[in-house]
Amino acid sequence: MSARELVVVATGPLATVQDPGRPGYAELGVPHSGAVDAPALALANRLVGNPADAAGVEATFGGLRLRARGPGIRHVAVTGAPGPVVVDGVPAPFGAPLPLRQGALLELGAPTSGLRSYLAVRGGIDVPPVLGSRATDLLSGLGPEPLRAGDRLPVGTSAEEFAGADQAPCSAPPEEFTLRVLPGPRDDWFTGEAAERLCSARWTATSRSNRIGIRLAGPPLDRARAGELSAEGMVSGALQVPPNGQPVLFLADHPVTGGYPVIGVVLGADLPLAGQIPPGAGVRFRAVR
Amino acid sequence: MTGSRDGRLLGVRRVGDRAVLAELDGLPSVLALRASLLADRPAGVAELVPAAATLLVRYDPAVTGRAAVAGALAERVAGLTAEDVDQPPSPHDTLTVPVRYTGPDLPEVAEATGLDVAEIVARHTAPLYTVAFAGFAPGFGYLTGTDPVLHLPRRAEPRTAVPAGSVAVAGGFTGVYPRSSPGGWRLLGTTDVPLWDPDRDPPALLVPGRTVRFAALPGGAA
Repeated sequence: MSARELVVVATGPLATVQDPGRPGYAELGVPHSGAVDAPALALANRLVGNPADAAGVEATFGGLRLRARGPGIRHVAVTGAPGPVVVDGVPAPFGAPLPLRQGALLELGAPTSGLRSYLAVRGGIDVPPVLGSRATDLLSGLGPEPLRAGDRLPVGTSAEEFAGADQAPCSAPPEEFTLRVLPGPRDDWFTGEAAERLCSARWTATSRSNRIGIRLAGPPLDRARAGELSAEGMVSGALQVPPNGQPVLFLADHPVTGGYPVIGVVLGADLPLAGQIPPGAGVRFRAVR
Repeated sequence: MTGSRDGRLLGVRRVGDRAVLAELDGLPSVLALRASLLADRPAGVAELVPAAATLLVRYDPAVTGRAAVAGALAERVAGLTAEDVDQPPSPHDTLTVPVRYTGPDLPEVAEATGLDVAEIVARHTAPLYTVAFAGFAPGFGYLTGTDPVLHLPRRAEPRTAVPAGSVAVAGGFTGVYPRSSPGGWRLLGTTDVPLWDPDRDPPALLVPGRTVRFAALPGGAA
């Protein structure tokens, strides 16, 4: 067995192991989970020649420090929210495969924009899968615990050929985020004014946001009817509105069913961008048909 | 599940660009539609999430689209017979869950219902339950079929830690906590049946559509 591993020296605010998640178990109460900015992790995997389902590390607002242990050189790549990448004190490129020698220290600084950066290592993070995935699910507690200093992450051996690209274009997330939203399924539970406010207001992502959802603050979205909805299936991107009228934008670890009405759903193509919204950022929604 | 109905689709709502929500006339129709779709899955249908009166249908937009999925759902519902709806086929046997009816909320349930504990146990063990849908936690199933006298609201103050295996009622449902977690349901008893094991296939015993009975173990308050 390979003794190659990455030792966690520091985690920053939150660092978790992520992969494409565990779809297909929603009717058993299991969230999808997986990388919130899935294309960013997929890109990092490509850069180091990993299959798309390899597990990497999702670093939330930088601060991740890892030390390479074991023989040989392994390549890593950092994508997602752009920020400083430093190897043994020397600045290194973002969005490119980097060799890490035994004992090397890799550091991710705070991103200059966005929230979540992804680290892939050639061979993948080889922790035991749960229901076919190595993703940490913060809602249900499946998968590995969030990383802590001192954790040792085993590095796997399965990898494909290098992609050939030595630098990938990574677009920086904006200062203000605009997400396209399709009204429904329960837009009829809200006043016309609420529908108008959803797309005219500048919302603020609050600090009470996480992988489960982004809690937004803005003008209240008032209901047109009283009563309770019976629980129904939820999706990533759903804007669920609890009685206080402040919507929650569901991300990867969202509950599979919920009992508050959903006024609109962010387009699937905009979910990776939603995953890069840091607390305090402005968010606007644009209704599409 | 009483009466003979042939299932009705009340509407298909848009849920973003990768899912739709089928609204049906009740849980039997939801489970019948689910069974039909699982038996012969339309192209591009990726995942089904049943709930009390709705079925969320996730699809792959690279393979199919909202109109095609909505059309397939209407066709399937139209094809359901009264028998399909009354007894949706389930690949699982009826699960019997042995329970020690010693839950800490029995006194307040007795007070709320006017029943003594033996009557509560009798009412709770009599029905054949059906797993309607999952949620709250992996392996937590919402079971319908609870005797109406045991339809009680949640506790005003949820507990911060409900022990794993707790058998509880609230809001017209019965549920079993698959692991220790916060919870506001009224605890009637406990079971040792391992409801959730990620290393088992399927990991949950309470799968939507499965029928369930509760059996009183000796040694309970009954």
